[in-house]
Parts: sequence; structure tokens; C-alpha cells
Amino acid sequence: MTAFRLPHGGLIDRSRPLSFSFDGKSMTGFAGDTLASALLANGRILVGRSFKYHRPRGILTAGSAEPNALVTVNTGGRTEPNTLATMQELHEGLRAASQNRWPSLAFDIGALNGLLSPFLGAGFYYKTFMWPAAFWEKLYEPLIRRAAGLGRASHDADPDDYEKCWAHCDLLVIGAGATGLAAALTAGRAGARVIVVDEHPVAGGGLLSETAIIGTQAAADFAASCATELQSMPNVRLLTRTTVFAWYDGNVFGAVERVQKHVGFPAPNLPVERLWRIAAKQALLATGAEERPLVFGGNDIPGVMMAGAMRRYLNCHGVAPGHRVAIFTTNDSGYGLARDLEAAGIVPQAIIDSRRDAIPDSYSGSARVVSGAVVSDACGRKSLSSISVLQNGKSEELKVDALAMSGGFSPVIHLACHRGGKPQWSDEHAAFLAPSSQKGLALAGAADGTAGLQACLEAGVSKAAALLGSLGFTAKPQALGPVEGDIAAGPAKPLWTIPGIREKAFVDFQNDVHRKDITLATREGYGHVELAKRYTTTGMATDQGKLSNVNAIGLLAEERGVSPADVGTTTFRPFYSPVSFGALAGATHGKHFMPARMSPLHEWAKKNGAEFVEAGLWYRSAWFARDGESGWRESVDREALNVRKNAGLCDVSTLGKIEITGADAAEFINRVYCNAFLKLPVGKARYGLMLREDGFIFDDGTTSRLEENRYFMTTTTAAAIATMNHLEFCAQVLWPGLDVRLASVTDQWAQMAVAGPKSRAILQQIIDDDISNDAFPYLAARDVSLFGGQVHGRLFRISFSGELAFELAVLADFGEATADALMQAGDTHGIQPYGVEALSVLRIEKGHVTHSEINGTAVPADLGFGRMASSAKADFIGKHMLSRDGLSARDRLQLVGVMPLDTTAYFRSGAHILAKDADATLENDQGHVTSSCYSPHTGSHIGLALVKGGSARHGEEILIWNALHGEYVPGRLCDPVFVDPANSRLSM
Amino acid sequence: MASLVPCPHCGLRPKEEFTIKGAALPRPSPDAGADAWLDHVYLRDNPRGALDEFWHHTSGCRRWLIVSRDTFSHEISACRDAADPAKERS
Ligand SMILES: [Zn+2]
Repeated sequence: MTAFRLPHGGLIDRSRPLSFSFDGKSMTGFAGDTLASALLANGRILVGRSFKYHRPRGILTAGSAEPNALVTVNTGGRTEPNTLATMQELHEGLRAASQNRWPSLAFDIGALNGLLSPFLGAGFYYKTFMWPAAFWEKLYEPLIRRAAGLGRASHDADPDDYEKCWAHCDLLVIGAGATGLAAALTAGRAGARVIVVDEHPVAGGGLLSETAIIGTQAAADFAASCATELQSMPNVRLLTRTTVFAWYDGNVFGAVERVQKHVGFPAPNLPVERLWRIAAKQALLATGAEERPLVFGGNDIPGVMMAGAMRRYLNCHGVAPGHRVAIFTTNDSGYGLARDLEAAGIVPQAIIDSRRDAIPDSYSGSARVVSGAVVSDACGRKSLSSISVLQNGKSEELKVDALAMSGGFSPVIHLACHRGGKPQWSDEHAAFLAPSSQKGLALAGAADGTAGLQACLEAGVSKAAALLGSLGFTAKPQALGPVEGDIAAGPAKPLWTIPGIREKAFVDFQNDVHRKDITLATREGYGHVELAKRYTTTGMATDQGKLSNVNAIGLLAEERGVSPADVGTTTFRPFYSPVSFGALAGATHGKHFMPARMSPLHEWAKKNGAEFVEAGLWYRSAWFARDGESGWRESVDREALNVRKNAGLCDVSTLGKIEITGADAAEFINRVYCNAFLKLPVGKARYGLMLREDGFIFDDGTTSRLEENRYFMTTTTAAAIATMNHLEFCAQVLWPGLDVRLASVTDQWAQMAVAGPKSRAILQQIIDDDISNDAFPYLAARDVSLFGGQVHGRLFRISFSGELAFELAVLADFGEATADALMQAGDTHGIQPYGVEALSVLRIEKGHVTHSEINGTAVPADLGFGRMASSAKADFIGKHMLSRDGLSARDRLQLVGVMPLDTTAYFRSGAHILAKDADATLENDQGHVTSSCYSPHTGSHIGLALVKGGSARHGEEILIWNALHGEYVPGRLCDPVFVDPANSRLSM
Repeated sequence: MASLVPCPHCGLRPKEEFTIKGAALPRPSPDAGADAWLDHVYLRDNPRGALDEFWHHTSGCRRWLIVSRDTFSHEISACRDAADPAKERS
């Protein structure tokens, strides 16, 4: 038994000792301990160093508002910095380490910052930002970052799993203290779907610190039997270890469940955290109230603790806070603690009450009460040794090793303010209350300013009954109680400014903002609450000012001589407490970050040696390396040359494919393309250009008329999804009167381009129909039969390469077998697979555009499609904006070819085009290279470019300039068609 | 982070399933004139309060909807299939 662990009492399991370590030192606690209670039981008072001044800090609270006791737990990929010792459950083998100290917690060089404190006061960051930038970057920022800090994240990958889920309920009860349990029981018994959430491992909230009797049970036993009943109801879900961190639109609440943060070895079949999105018809905030610290000198010295926290450690964990204890209170909360301490054999040295003659009748203890007095200063270095008590102008020193403080209570209303509602100051409650009458959300109990167990139980029952009534349930409210032995801490006059302070009196413990910083902010003109926050950084730490904000507002109000109502609050935003990136990411990380789309020909490509490249979600074959090839360029050159010499097979399954049917399909297609489609005959394909309503090109592709009222449209791979959405918009919103049906069939068809002079001879071997030039001319598009009628396919005589070429589509499941058959049939003809790199070389050689040129700023005329936009059509998407003057200006960026003067020279896409003798400046920019490659057929690098007035500048010498790589390549603009400008090879 | 959209075809669905196009404005007639088209393509009100928008239930029924929502409170007051009022218009 340690010096601070009481011989009996508490909710810990003394039969289950747990060993753990803190800063390498082995210690022992019990099941049911938090890391904080176990440290206290081991007499470990000093647990951290403060952010800015590196002051020694201890444990201040017993919950999620803790500003001081931030530690790093675990090691390697499971390292969790900034873990609250007050929330971390103890488990066997837990390894925890203090933060923000060097070289050790006891001897911390950073504490010298305390000597520099005149320079580190409020406005420090504001002012240093105004110093010369070079000083800031090179000197101050690295220095401050090293000195002021929290824990360090691990560079190792997190080995654990996280998941996300949705839940729906009639009533969400947030907080399972007296109020929440009463509300959940009422709702559960009425048959409503209820979710009850509590951030602690055990339901009960404040009941777990209570010594009162409810009905015939001790408070903690009452909580346990409530929880048991709730868990037995099939319509109720009780989520412990779960924090509701936000209230969102549609009455959706975000919550994070720490499924396995309390175990040493997480089970691999469970996530460590689970992110819940809870859609609730009604929600009840039973989040209780946060006890406010008091702002006296040295209020951060280890040994000073919130009164409620001290009571929690005493009653729940069987831990004595010290041997000589004093209590400084502004309300009755201190007396409940005094009574319980006395019951444990620790008579407080004094209860210092800021009120006069206010000892509650319910307190009959023997502690000395100093009325109308304050603690002006606490003294001690690494732990508390004495306090100065100021009464009637006289100061008295008391030797103590623990001091409890209570400055009243602030209802925990954060969630109620997440959707724009502003907190309202109540003089009656001496606190900010939640904005009233918000749809879907109500508050009850201490969160609503109610004091006392009996009142909270009643509020939980009646509020739940009322909310259920609004949902059509009939609840039969059953009274809980009666409560005996409760010292209810009702509202009391707040004590913002404490007289006689000599030492630093902290307002925001985590960001080291003290009393004088608030004064300075007001004096320097930053007294507005939003300015004071940023000037002093109060409330801006990871605890988001849960303890400090109201005190800061109270002090600002007194500085300015106004009410806290006039100061107001800063905005409450999600998250209530920090949420791990792991929980937010859920399963979407690593390989699961996004889905991988595989073409039906993926396996075919793989076995033919494809190297894959990611294109959006797709994996496309980039090239097919062969033994002995020294690099990708060699493979690509070979593939491109072979297409123009023999034949190649390329997987084009990733193109978007849309089937369009209906009596008005022709009219529909005619309206969405800028060129004419009405008269496209059955059995023919046509290139189509789609514009946006502003006249710029949206996408291109081919559309084939397979039957009178059946069309097959292809889109680019990149714009497949956007085009489908756009067509649906046109069909459903713009022209719902047209009889047209759309179906995305991208995944249904395996599509392969067979290109090159031998392509027909190869295809004819597997296609039953006659595909001779007469029977199947350029732009023919028809259903075909394959393998003696075994497989049905669609054949399109279209060409991206400029060669005699076909695209053959078969149902996805037949793709690989068909491609295999083509490779076999083409073997004697020299067929080779080719990838998107060679495809790109072939299309650049022919001056065919892709989204490199269709870049959102090009209109049809810019790319040489000027005559395609049909002036004969009364309407098509983009027609009406296309006639704007600027879109036909002569100096627009227009498509042009570009070649280097020296055929061995290299240039890359993105390079700027400059006039031949112009200085290399952006002012002289004439355009840029959009696509480039080595062209094995011209024996030179070639490119496509968008150049000012480019179509009229063929032959002009220019400079290709890449400032990023320092490259200057003399070149010449030319026709963008580098190979077979007469297109004679298409119709072989 | 979260909110729910009452799709008339699918019921309450999370907003992540939807794609938003913008204000639900009727397309001008082909002969409406340059000013009307410029206005339609480029000019938008930015109201604080009620606004009708085109939302596409992209990961659901794939219907385009008109969502009436409050840009300040984010409250959705109505959600209907866009084809219904479009049919009424034409
Ligand atoms: Zn839907």
C-alpha cells in the first residue's frame, strides 16, 4: 500500500494489481485506476512541464478538461502523445512518459524561460511576427518550437485499425451521470430507441464520486444498477468510453468510441477507435458542469487540484490527495469534499470560503472554516508547501501539501453551441447557459444550471418524458430517489479577481496565460473577447479553454467594468475534445485510401508484361517491357513503331461508355454535342465535341448509332464520370420532356484498340462478319459475331493512331480470352501489345488532342474544330456563349505543333513558348507546350502547344523555355500533324 | 462532417452521397439574348437565407434534385426531383 492509497474504499479492484511505468520508473496501481489516480496513489505529484514557462505541473482535474497532465503513452507506431492521464485507464504494462521537458522532468532547462517571462507575456507572438521576417524564420520560430511544445508524434506507421459507422435513434442522451441515467431509463422504459453515451469507462458520472444514498443504494451502486437495466433493454445502446465531440446539421452527432485504448494488446479483430455518426430525432445534453478554478498566485503548483477532482480520487479511487489539505471555495462544493475527507480520516486544515457566514446546514464537520477569506498565493517549487490566506486584510500562512479549489460551476454547453447558437450569461446561475429553444436538442441537469442530485434526477426524468412526447411516445415518468446526504452546490457569487496576489496566477494553465496577461491585453486595446483570446492565446490550447475561458471572460469583464454578458464568448466549434486522425480516416488509408479500378483486360496486360500507371482510380498499362530493353523509352519506341509497321493491341476499356436509348436519343445527342448528330446513319460512328454552357470544351469522344434509337457514346477516361453526371443533368433537369434513357456501361465492356496496317487481317481471323474496306469502311460501327457465333461483340472503325484501326468491344468477361485470341491470331503478323505511352506518342504524331489540350480554357476554334460547332443548330449546350467576341480573337492560344531546330534536342511539356529573340520573361510568354514526346517516326522530340495566334504562325522560329529546369531550346512552330497529314493510312 | 438530405426517392441519406451543382436556375431559352445568357452562366446571388440548389444523388438513385435549404442555418426545408418543376415549366 502506498502512502497516498487509502486502506479501503473506492471503486477499484484491489485484487487486481497492475504494474506500469512513468518516465521509466515502475509503479503499481489497481484495475479501475486511471493513470492519474495511479500516479497520485504513488505519490507522484509532478507529472509535466507547462507549455511556455516550463513550470512544474501536477494533476488538476479528473476528466477530459485536464490542461496539465498530458503524457505520451506507448511506443513505436502506437505512440500517443498528449494523452490525458486523467482519461487514460490503467492497464498492465502501460508505459507513460512526461512531455515538454529536457533533460528530465525534475531538472528542466526550459524552466529558464520563467526568467525570460517578461518577454514571453501576452502579445508575444503578435509582436514577434512584426519583427523582421528573417529573424522570425531563422531564430525565433525554431527556438520557440523547441522550447514550447507538446508531445511528439511517432514517425512509425500506426499498426491498428479504425472504423466508422452510423447509428440512428429516437433519443440520444449525452452523458450518463444522474441526469443522463434518469433520462435514458425513462426513454428506454417507454420503448424508444435510445443511445446513451459517456466518455468514462463506467456509467455514473458524478455519482461515482458521491457518498449520498439514492433510494436504498449508495450512489455508485445506483449508477451500476441503472446501467445494468439499460444494457438489458434491446432498444437501448449504452456506449461508454465514447465522447460526443460535435453537433452537426440534420441533428447528426459525431462521437468517437475508444474501443481498445484501455488495453495493452489490442485484439486484431477490433478497431482501437470507432467513429460514430449518430442521427438522433432528439438529443438531450446531460453533460454536467465543469468546476471553475480560482485565479490566485501559484494556482498551478502541483498539489493544487479542483475540489471535485479531489473528491473523485478520494471516493472513486481510494486515493488521499495529501496529508495536510486545505479547501478554497466560493460555494458549497468545498464542504462536500471536506465531509468526505473527514470520513476518510483527513480533517482539512482549513476551509477558506470567499463568502461570509455561508456554511451549509448539511455540513456538520469539524474543519476550521475561514469565512470571507481568500487564498492569495500558493507556494512551493515542485510541489505545494504552503498557502497564504487573506482575511480582513490580514495574511496567514498555512502549511499544506494539497489544496482543493472551487470557483463555481460552468455548465458544459459546448455541443449546444456548435451550430451557431451563442451562450447566454445568467446572473442567477453565475454562468453561461446554452442558447434556448434549439430544434432537436435540449439540456437537463447540471448542464442546464441545475444543482443537486435530487433535482438532476427529476430533470432527467421530466425532460426525457417531454422529448418522447414530442416524438409520439407515451412515457410514464417514474420518480427516482429519494436522495439522502447530498450537499448540493448551488450557484454562488463568482470570484474573478482575487486580492493580494504576489505570484503568477494562471488563467489558462495549458497555454501559460496568467492574470497579468489579461490586464495587459485590455490595456493595449485587445480587451474584446475575440482579440484577447488571440493576443493572450487563452483558450487556444488543446483543451480549448474548457477550464479557462469563463475565468478569462470574468476577468475581462472586471477589467472593463462590465458584465460577462457584455464580454460574451468566443465561438464554440467542433471538436469538443481532440479526435485522432486515425478515427477520422477510418478504414480509408493505405491500400484502402481509394478503390483501385482494374480493366477487364488487366490480367491480360499483366501476363504480357505491362508496367502500370495510375490514372485516376484506374491502373492502365503504360508500356510492355521486353527482355534486353534498357528503359521505358526503348519499349515505347518499339511499340509505336510496330503499330505503324505491323499492328498493336491496346486496352482502351477505361474510356467512359454510355448507352443512350429512347425515341428522342438523336435529338438529345444533337443538343449535348456542338456538332451535328441528327443525321448520323445507323451503323456509323462520329467524333463529337461536347461543350460547357460557357462555350469551352468539356470533353470529346465518339458516338455510334447502333440502331435507330440506340447509341453508344465513349468519353475520355478522365471525364467519364463528369460526362455521365452532365448528361443526366441535361436529361432530367433541362429536357425532362425528351424520351431518353442513359446507362453507364463502362464496366460492362472490355474494349481493345487494334491498330496498324495488319489490323484487319488479324481481326478477320476471329470475326465472322466481312470487315473488308467495302463492307466495313472508315467510321463503320456495328455489332459483330466472333469465334463462329460464340461471342457477340461491337466493332468500330475509328483511329486514334492515324493508322488503319478498329476498336473491338466484347462483354467484360470475354475480354481476356478475346485479347489472347487476337495475340495468337496476330502472331504471324507481328502484333504487339502497346500501352498508353505509345498511344500518346501515336496521337501526338497525329495532332490528336486530349485533356492536356482540352484544358478548360479552349474553345473549339482554338483546337482547329472551329467549323464543327454547328451554326445550323438552334440550340446546343455552349452555343449561346460561344459567339462572344473574345472567343474568336486572333491572338487566342491556338493548337500548333512544335519541333526543336536541333533534332537531338529535348524539351518537355509545360515549357513556355517565347518569340525567337525575346528575353526569357513571363511578360514575353506566348503560350506553352501541352504534350510532348520522342517521335520515332520523325526522329525528333515533337510537341503540341497552345500558342498565341498559333494557327497562323507555322514555320516561325521560337524559343522553348523551361525556367524550372533552366532549359532553352530553339524550335519551330509547325502543323500539329507530324505523320501522314493527308490521312491516307486511315482507309487502307 | 455530417448532415442528412431527404431524397424523395431514397429517404434520408448522408450528404457525402450527393454532388452539388449550384443555384437551381432555369436555362434561358435559345433566343433569350446575350445578356440573359451571360447572367445565367456567370452571375449568382449569394443569399443569406433560403436558396434552391441542384443536388445530384450521385451515389444513390442518380436523380437530380432541387434542395431548398437555408444558407445560414443549413436547414433543408424541401427536396424534390428536379424533373417535376422542370416539366411544369415547359
Ligand atoms: Zn436518391
